[in-house]
Amino acid sequence: MLTKIYDWVDERLDITPLWRDIADHEVPEHVNPAHHFSAFVYCFGGLTFFITVIQILSGMFLTMYYVPDIKNAWESVYYLQNEVAFGQIVRGMHHWGASLVIVMMFLHTLRVFFQGAYKKPRELNWIVGVLIFFIMLALGLTGYLLPWDMKALFATKVTLTIVDSVPLIGPAMKTLIAGDATIVGAQTLTRFFAIHVFFLPAALFALLAAHFLMIRKQGISGPL
Amino acid sequence: MSKRNVSRRQFLNYTLTGVGGFMAAGMLMPMVRFAVDPVLAGGSESDFVATKQKIKDLSTEPTRVDFSFTQVDGWYESEVTNTAWVYKTKDGKIVALSPICKHLGCTVDWGGDKEHPEQFFCPCHYGRYTKDGMNVKGTPPISPLDVFTTKEKDGILYLGQRKPHGEA
Repeated sequence: MLTKIYDWVDERLDITPLWRDIADHEVPEHVNPAHHFSAFVYCFGGLTFFITVIQILSGMFLTMYYVPDIKNAWESVYYLQNEVAFGQIVRGMHHWGASLVIVMMFLHTLRVFFQGAYKKPRELNWIVGVLIFFIMLALGLTGYLLPWDMKALFATKVTLTIVDSVPLIGPAMKTLIAGDATIVGAQTLTRFFAIHVFFLPAALFALLAAHFLMIRKQGISGPL
Repeated sequence: MSKRNVSRRQFLNYTLTGVGGFMAAGMLMPMVRFAVDPVLAGGSESDFVATKQKIKDLSTEPTRVDFSFTQVDGWYESEVTNTAWVYKTKDGKIVALSPICKHLGCTVDWGGDKEHPEQFFCPCHYGRYTKDGMNVKGTPPISPLDVFTTKEKDGILYLGQRKPHGEA
């Protein structure tokens, strides 16, 4: 049945080359842990992506209950965690995944660094990777405020003070991020929510696409 | 006419780029202006707020003065309580210092450090300030505590805007 549907579509649109192009490539022996166990270090990039996918999915589901409003944000998080079935699990995935994605990304960076895999011709991919690192840190930072508890509020106040201390453009940048020159409040929460849920993920997708296209084009760096 | 003729291809390139640029700008301009509005809105001059502190009760020792006012945060209005450390100088001038540490924004306390009872102390990173709000060299803060503008009316202390030290 499925085969027939596939053949029907393929006959008209010739979709086979599209996915074959992505799926058909050999994993070199030196990155296959089945051949050399030490090759597990090559898994960290893929694990980072895997956890990123979990973050995206669990985040999408969290927004079914969460509201970015200072009167209701904390209540909605409390509700989804304690009243909704599997709420603790879904929020837990997003909470712990946020830390884990940083750990995996860091290990991936260390592997690339110590193997010298960033060297010519892969310099551009290193740069894009560093940008992805910054986006991830920004996602962690903006997501931290959303539960709107004391820890979130004061951590964000500290962050905004750091931004404020940047010479010349600091105060303007702080107001742009916080939505108000002095208050960390209603407008800060909606801004952080919009940045966390729309702007940063959009930037992340673009950079991830570039990261993966480049590694497919250039291939994994050779054995040491 | 100049001798440099514009080819049909060049003409179309220029006009299409120009029209495309205008369309992109027309789309993006409202959105960017929308996003940066808080930066350009400018702070509203807040009025003086009455405290419960009587001027005659102030001494040369900094006193903690809590004061409440209605804060407007976009569409949300709420009653907010802030704090100031207030004292009289020897020549009778009233000084009201903000308790927000200039290092990373924690709250400083008068005499919070037993080894320096005559100083403001921030417990987060051991920042210290002298009584007049000047940051002690060698501790994390890099600037003095902010100062509130003050006013006396009917024997009651009024506090105004928070300003960087030396501007109030």
